[in-house]
Amino acid sequence: MESRENRRIYWLRVQRVTAVLMCIWFVAGLAIHFFARELSFRFFGWPFSFWMAAQGSLLIFLLIVVFYVWIMERLDREHGFDQDPH
Amino acid sequence: MSSRPESGASASASEQQALTRELHGLVSWYTVGVVAFIVLLAVLEQLGLSRLWIGLIFLMGTLALYATIGILSRTTDEVEYYVAGRRVPAIYNGLATGADWMSAASFIGVAGTLYLSGYSGLAFIVGWTGGYCLVALLLAPYLRRFGQFTISDFLGERYGGVLPRLLGIAAAILCSFVYVVAQIYGVGIVTARLTGVDFEVGIFLGLGGILLCSFLGGMRAVTWTQVAQYVILMIAYLVPVVWLSVKQTGVPVPQLVYGYQLEKVTAMEQSLIEDPREIEVRKAYALRAEQLAEKLKDPARALRQDRRAAEQQLAVLRANAAPAREIAEAEKALAALPRDAQAARQQWSQALAQAETKSRPLNGMPFQGQAFAGDPQGSPAEQAEFELSRLNFLALVFCLMVGTAALPHILIRYYTVPSVRQARRSVAWSVLFILLLYVTAPALAVLVKYEVFTSVVGTPFSQLPEWVAAWNKVDPSLLSVTDINQDGVLQLNEMTIGGDIIVLAGPAIAGLPYVVSALVAAGALAAALSTADGLLLTISSALSHDLYYKMIDPAASTARRVTIAKVVLLVVALAAAYVAAQRPADILFLVSAAFSFAASAFFPALVLGIFWKRATGLGAWLGMLSGLGLTLYYMAVNQPWMRSVLGITRPVDLWWGIQPISAGVFGVPLGFAVIILVSLLAPERDKGAAELVERIRYPGA
Repeated sequence: MESRENRRIYWLRVQRVTAVLMCIWFVAGLAIHFFARELSFRFFGWPFSFWMAAQGSLLIFLLIVVFYVWIMERLDREHGFDQDPH
Repeated sequence: MSSRPESGASASASEQQALTRELHGLVSWYTVGVVAFIVLLAVLEQLGLSRLWIGLIFLMGTLALYATIGILSRTTDEVEYYVAGRRVPAIYNGLATGADWMSAASFIGVAGTLYLSGYSGLAFIVGWTGGYCLVALLLAPYLRRFGQFTISDFLGERYGGVLPRLLGIAAAILCSFVYVVAQIYGVGIVTARLTGVDFEVGIFLGLGGILLCSFLGGMRAVTWTQVAQYVILMIAYLVPVVWLSVKQTGVPVPQLVYGYQLEKVTAMEQSLIEDPREIEVRKAYALRAEQLAEKLKDPARALRQDRRAAEQQLAVLRANAAPAREIAEAEKALAALPRDAQAARQQWSQALAQAETKSRPLNGMPFQGQAFAGDPQGSPAEQAEFELSRLNFLALVFCLMVGTAALPHILIRYYTVPSVRQARRSVAWSVLFILLLYVTAPALAVLVKYEVFTSVVGTPFSQLPEWVAAWNKVDPSLLSVTDINQDGVLQLNEMTIGGDIIVLAGPAIAGLPYVVSALVAAGALAAALSTADGLLLTISSALSHDLYYKMIDPAASTARRVTIAKVVLLVVALAAAYVAAQRPADILFLVSAAFSFAASAFFPALVLGIFWKRATGLGAWLGMLSGLGLTLYYMAVNQPWMRSVLGITRPVDLWWGIQPISAGVFGVPLGFAVIILVSLLAPERDKGAAELVERIRYPGA
């Protein structure tokens, strides 16, 4: 059935988007801070690792969430799940 | 069990748009009004209005505002009461989540932690923001599609049976109650500071404010008061930092330029370590520490000696007819001696710990900008310290992230938006509004440190800024100074600072008029009240909706259910206020522990319930129980306060050196492992659950 196939592909793509963004989240939120001592070169006055934990990671989190909104709304449209008020 | 139509009360598209436009206008005017109110009070202060009145006007004015919103939003409708009618636009749910999220600890505590422990304090900032990525990607859209009232609703319906729902109720109450007690405690302290009333009276004044916000209108009232509170707390947080930034750098955007101030602070830290007078002070404290350690070997004997010496001195003074003042001082010193050996041991141990801290460079604070303690290239001991500090930093970040994504009072906020799409957008707004405060907190810490290093340290005692004496009078544990080397000049290690002062005294440190100090207190009050509202509502929903309606009396009418929710809310609020009035020890530990509890109880069951069709009810409740159990066990065995409460005497047994506060790093993986293993070993075919999972994956339709 067309619609069943449509649903399957939608969910596959959702999972893929989620997995990729989770990887970015893991690297920017946790993994990078493991190397904080190595990354303490100067960055606009801050040691880079300090800036990363105080602002960089946070901005990447915001980008992840905003990108997720954008791509999911596109996926919804492409697969006909776009039934929301605009 | 059938689910009700998803958007029964939600408005049509055009109505929704009109509502959003109207709200934009309303909130803009409100913000202008708040600013005008502050300016008016600033003018009145210049005209001679007393500080007490300014504090009272701020307290009463903001409480009256919240109460008005609360009363205007009163409702007896169930959907309105539990989820604000599911028509809160994304951006306003984002604002409300921001206020719901930012508790007294975020508002007052984070900047203080960053001041005192530098880089390691950033774990809170990264963890508490990063958790929202998990909310956005793994939970919020799916819970909104599921579209009921509470988190236990999801667990109960997805996994079936009584136990998942019951465990959900218990865990939600466990994390939320601990947290709400801390908020009410904060409300009491701020109210007492602002008006000079007693702490207990402050608690009940604040409690009145909380109840007026949430009692009559439930989630609907809480949402709109939280929007109002966000505006106040953000203005209050930003004004002193921006002012400090202009004063020090000439740029009004502290978040962009405090890197250069951090550089200067680091240079000053180096010179403070080498400063001969600082070294002198550190030696004096080291000597004191030695003496105290000596006394502590036999407290009873040392106390007898001290008492004899004090009595002899008094006798000598009296015999020589010394001035009355000297005699009075000697009498006071004698009276101040500990009562018995037990008290002496306690008092001296505390003094010893303090003297040891003060004999370390920089008053025991690490370098502001340096990541982790120890040295990876140093001696084996330093290498081990480095590894341990790094591991604990990452473990704490992990627990705070997962805990954020599992706190029921945050998750239920995403039931209040009209659609899945709005739920996703709403998380993005939440991250933005929360991030605004969290990128500012480290800036405040660094700018205040610069101010302390330049205009306080190295200043003669007679010329210290006025706020030093003022805050010392408020509470010596927040700020005290002693000239231990008697050189008449304040050294860094001669000053003891409590973390809370960084935010509360920020305006005074920046040299701003009192009206801004009152504004900051009102902001702290808004932060505590808004979080307390959200938490109380979560507890009352868990008891009235999940326990009473779903498990005890499914035939109860809607009106009866809402009435019961209101009564439960009142009782829980009074209970929380009663506990807060006892001034429980170690409240901060309990709040942080709530994150580990929530993480290990909810996160695995929720995520697997959404993403893995084969997760079974048996697996879920075993996983929740074992995850939460392990976390509780690890804390009980290793955390000093829990150990003393439970009377545990066997030696502390840390696994890989992980601090008990991060016990969730063990509980969460165990929860996942148990759910997966049990589900694979004892598969169940539950058609309803499979259909539910299928349904929540696709928005709309």
